[in-house]
Amino acid sequence: MPKHLISIHDFSKEEILKTLQKAAEFEENYRQPLFTDKVIATIFFEPSTRTRLSFETASNRLGARVIGFSDSDNTSVKKGETLKDTIKMVSNYADLIIMRHPLEGSARYASEISDVPVINAGDGSNQHPTQTLLDLYSILKTQGTLENLNISVVGDLKYGRTVHSLIYAMSHFNPTFNFISPEELRLTDEYRDFMYDNNIKFTENQLLKENIENADIVYMTRVQRERFTDALEYEKVKNCYSLDISMLANCKENMKILHPLPRVNEIAQNVDNSKHAYYFEQAENGVYARMAIISNLLTAQ
Amino acid sequence: MEKQLKVSAIKDGTVLDHIPANQLFRVIDILGLNNSCNQITFGTNLESKLLGKKAIIKISDKYFEDADINRIALIAPQAKINIIHDFEVVEKRVISIPAKIKGIAKCMNPACITNHQPVETLFYTKTEGENFKLKCHYCEKVTEKTNLKIISNS
Ligand SMILES: [Zn+2]
Repeated sequence: MPKHLISIHDFSKEEILKTLQKAAEFEENYRQPLFTDKVIATIFFEPSTRTRLSFETASNRLGARVIGFSDSDNTSVKKGETLKDTIKMVSNYADLIIMRHPLEGSARYASEISDVPVINAGDGSNQHPTQTLLDLYSILKTQGTLENLNISVVGDLKYGRTVHSLIYAMSHFNPTFNFISPEELRLTDEYRDFMYDNNIKFTENQLLKENIENADIVYMTRVQRERFTDALEYEKVKNCYSLDISMLANCKENMKILHPLPRVNEIAQNVDNSKHAYYFEQAENGVYARMAIISNLLTAQ
Repeated sequence: MEKQLKVSAIKDGTVLDHIPANQLFRVIDILGLNNSCNQITFGTNLESKLLGKKAIIKISDKYFEDADINRIALIAPQAKINIIHDFEVVEKRVISIPAKIKGIAKCMNPACITNHQPVETLFYTKTEGENFKLKCHYCEKVTEKTNLKIISNS
């Protein structure tokens, strides 16, 4: 049975730390064509240019050849081919499959069919584990540790997949969370219960400005109009959750701002040149984290 | 046991007792008894100290696989299974909700792969006293007991 990367829930604390260590090694020396004899398939059933480019860069840096498709429009999926058949076919061609699919649980299912390792590059609003690992890598890199950090998480906490995975992944490291969101996009009970059960300290607030002074990490997410049942409510809150340079006057020296990107207006352009802005480096870290994951899976075989 | 006499005894087969009265027809459906050729008798709305109203099903010459028994655990967790030989109870099986449930239930998440492709559902059960929740192996979402939909056998 090949190893796969499907969900951050499959990762122990040790495995997380080992992967991040490996990412650091690749960052130090990213010219490591270890897998020139391998073919990697990136199969994207829905487009995500950012994620695909990051994976393909990682694959190329490792010397592998890349095949695949970037959305399902021109494939046999349109003709009604089942996911099972597509995976069977691709796993005959490639040594590793990187898949993005709009249905939740599709990656787990693909891993059960495939003869080669599968990396989940996003299955609907369920999991996107390489995003979580690159978030953790960015936190580790900027703070020197993952332990005992103050993390403010801002925006859409109800639907935000990256937020949910971050809570689970950071739960190994004794964090203190400060959740900042409009009432309508508060964290759901499932995650609040998880934190109670695991003795994770957290507070919930609606005001952004007053709640980032103690933060080591400010993790921003997008507040999307379509998430609101009441359009008026969206108009009322949309600007309350955007970060401006003026809000950073009293923040901690080491504080870094993360964002899974793409951003719209939740971080003002005037923040970009601040020493606290880290979201572009964060995206770059994704390549190293993905190199580490791909190399782990290809050598585990 | 004396109450069982309201439904005539069978010589050989299986008696399913302590089924909640309002679940009788779902149990029949799940076990596929409506397609069975065996002699079946049942009674419902019988007095029960445990359930208030209970139902009972007696199936002659029929013995169930564990997987079938698991199917009714979700809707009749307190059901008692008695195996009958020559009018005597020779074996009692108590139903318990299994840790893993394959097939049987539907995932309540409309975006779950199991609701779009021919994938058999798989859940991990979390019991909380009388209650249980099913966590989907695929989409990782939780289906509450109140949202439970059973995939019919028939
Ligand atoms: Zn599901």
